[in-house]
Amino acid sequence: MARLTLPVLIVVSFGVMLLGKADTLLAERARIALADGLVPIYAVLSSPLSQIQESITETATLWTMREENARLRDENEKLRRWQSIALALDAENQRLKASLQWIPDADASYVTARVVADAGGAYAKAVLLSVGPNHGVRKGEIAVDERGLIGRITEVGSRTARVLLITDLNSRIPVIMETSRAHAILVGTNGTRPRLQYWPEGIVPKEGERIVTSAEANAFPANLPIGTVHYTASGAADVEPAALLQKLEVVRIFDYGLNGVVPPERPTPGRH
Amino acid sequence: MAHIDRRPGIRPRQSLGRRLDVTARTCFPAAITILLMLLSQALLGIPEQAALLPAIALGSVWFWSVFRPDAMPPPVVFGIGLLVDLLGYLPLGVMTFTLLAEHGVALAMRRGLSRRGFAWIWVVFAGMAAAASLVIWLLVMVLTLRLLSPWPALFIGVVTVAIFPVLAVPFAGAHRSVANPDHA
Repeated sequence: MARLTLPVLIVVSFGVMLLGKADTLLAERARIALADGLVPIYAVLSSPLSQIQESITETATLWTMREENARLRDENEKLRRWQSIALALDAENQRLKASLQWIPDADASYVTARVVADAGGAYAKAVLLSVGPNHGVRKGEIAVDERGLIGRITEVGSRTARVLLITDLNSRIPVIMETSRAHAILVGTNGTRPRLQYWPEGIVPKEGERIVTSAEANAFPANLPIGTVHYTASGAADVEPAALLQKLEVVRIFDYGLNGVVPPERPTPGRH
Repeated sequence: MAHIDRRPGIRPRQSLGRRLDVTARTCFPAAITILLMLLSQALLGIPEQAALLPAIALGSVWFWSVFRPDAMPPPVVFGIGLLVDLLGYLPLGVMTFTLLAEHGVALAMRRGLSRRGFAWIWVVFAGMAAAASLVIWLLVMVLTLRLLSPWPALFIGVVTVAIFPVLAVPFAGAHRSVANPDHA
């Protein structure tokens, strides 16, 4: 009898594969229930862990403090110049918008949440957020860190939310190249840099060109910073994300009230 | 499998405390495996940390299947596999199947392996890890119906082989002390 357990369980695991394939919602529910159960543990763990990491980086920076200081002073100088330019441009922009009777974009509400665990695994790129009970976070909302877009909420539990990162294989984001204003699609590859695809003929993305979200398809607000174009050795146009996707700690989840969002795992019938 | 006690000598009485002790020692391998797996999901700030989860599961199931298969029976392996599938966002059943297959191989080879030194066990495990990461890669591709880059699979294989000594050395200590039901 005991000898039979192993072959029987191997057959059962094939059954589980078929079940997972037949009912994808089942796996999703089980995962989010598991995450809801585990998130208090991760939340407790995250503060000592980040303290340890901080003290490690602290010690490491002690060595390079002098150079770092000089570099930061330079950068600060540069940023000050940019700040005055930005303020002047902002004022001009406001004036021009006022004279054009521009309809202002609706202000987005947001919540801030802590990243508590990796929710991707080797074949997916995602993070798990601890959002607390009664959070009001919905599928399709947009997650950004202090530098740029990181992804979209794809699954929501009672205490957790999963953010599918822009680097995930299933991620497709309508974008605009900032200088040429040409549309393209940013396709995740599971690597560290998503790839730019389907730009119009006659336009070539330039190295270092900024990529921002496009409001097309009503899934994203326009002009959220994503990253800069970086060509690979093989000549493919990748995008270096502005967000620190490897070191996410705190993210903001914006509700732009957009209803055109289609979760990546369930595309609208007839469209790809 | 009927267990016949052939050891001579006087035994302590089967009190409740002793039985609890034996149970705790028997549960140790599964418990430590699951605990390490859960820990590997916390934000440790290690790049490509996701590869740790399958690596820990493969290494741990291999070690305990070779040295103490009674404490790592197929249903426990199945449970660990399902947990990896859920935590690691793999298609359900992929890791369940891979770990059960690994367990089967370990059972078949354990007589020869447990007599050899650690280096030999590690080398055989390296072959096992390569096969396992290949199987995972193929199954994920079949079940998601898309072509995937082989690099993550290769990376998982390398990480699995690399962290095996880190797991096996403390496990070997535990195998002789806290996880040994004879010490109860």
